[in-house]
Amino acid sequence: MSLITVERKILEKNDEIANINREKFRFKGMFTLNLVSSPGSGKTSLIEQTIKILKGKLNIAVIEGDVQTNLDAQRIDALGVSVVQIVTNGACHLDAMLVRDAFQKLINIDINLLFIENVGNLVCPAAYDLGEEMKVVIISTTEGDDKPLKYPAIFRNSEVLVINKIDLIPYVNCNIDTIIMNALSINSGLKIFEVSCTSMEGINEWCEYLLYKVKSQ
Amino acid sequence: MHEVSIAQEIIEIVKDYLPKNNHVSVKSVRVEIGEFSNILPDALSFGFKVLTNITDMKDTELIISKVPLTVKCRDCENISILDEPFFFCHSCESANVEILTGTELKVIEIELND
Ligand SMILES: Nc1nc2c(ncn2[C@@H]2O[C@H](COP(=O)(O)OP(=O)(O)OP(=O)(O)O)[C@@H](O)[C@H]2O)c(=O)[nH]1
Ligand SMILES: [Mg+2]
Ligand SMILES: [Zn+2]
Repeated sequence: MSLITVERKILEKNDEIANINREKFRFKGMFTLNLVSSPGSGKTSLIEQTIKILKGKLNIAVIEGDVQTNLDAQRIDALGVSVVQIVTNGACHLDAMLVRDAFQKLINIDINLLFIENVGNLVCPAAYDLGEEMKVVIISTTEGDDKPLKYPAIFRNSEVLVINKIDLIPYVNCNIDTIIMNALSINSGLKIFEVSCTSMEGINEWCEYLLYKVKSQ
Repeated sequence: MHEVSIAQEIIEIVKDYLPKNNHVSVKSVRVEIGEFSNILPDALSFGFKVLTNITDMKDTELIISKVPLTVKCRDCENISILDEPFFFCHSCESANVEILTGTELKVIEIELND
């Protein structure tokens, strides 16, 4: 019987490639965001509305992650923005290898702002660094104000929280102040935006923030 | 839900330590899983069993050591053990805390039948 000491991170391969991705993204002068939410909270809608406002000011590109279909990529393509679709075929999260391979298709394009839309899931994406500058977690008002407490890791690991679908507040039993209080109890440093991709409320503030981030990169 | 991916990575790491020629089997693998790592130990054990089932590692035991979530306060330097993930210092109630332990996903050691 021999005992071998290992002491290695289980996700070391992912983390190593994520660090290489990050260096590549920075070298290209890009600011890269990893958008995480439950299915249907509005990740693609937020990217679409952001593109409409910032298209004239920044070169934007998108990497879309879904379990199946390229429907989200079609929505982005319709806006005339470069997009690569990753289909994970069942995997519940993107990893750094998938993003590295997808980015090969964008390597010759001039980009300042890259969105990576993760697979709709509040659990698994929290563990995987993709090489992004920051994670943005999105929840919508229809999901209930307890979500930060139920899925704390992604709220702890994100720098920004976008609360979407505030146009629906009159119709749902959801208190924005409770969402914010719960989110801050997990991560007191979260930067928070309240938006609606339908009424466009709050979208300008979010876009101003992105512009500032890209300029100060 | 990604426990199977995690189990696969554990198996890949273990393979690095197996001597290439002589037939040595792995008795056990010990991993550290943080309480704040989003990994369910039962699901990880199940994933490991399924993936190793028809391989040389089918009798290998996966030993999971859980690591509690602890934070250090940047204001008063107190170290708190958090039973629930509310990130406040238990001494001064500051939210300005950094995670010390609890996010681990690590292979610690392997025992061989040799
Ligand atoms: N009322 C309202 N509906 C919205 C808003 N934002 C998005 N939606 C709708 O919500 C649905 C889901 O939006 P998506 O943008 O596809 O959500 P997603 O997070 O990209 O979804 P997946 O990629 O499938 O996980 C669509 O029908 C959108 O039109 C909003 O602010 N208000
Ligand atoms: Mg989408
Ligand atoms: Zn303190």
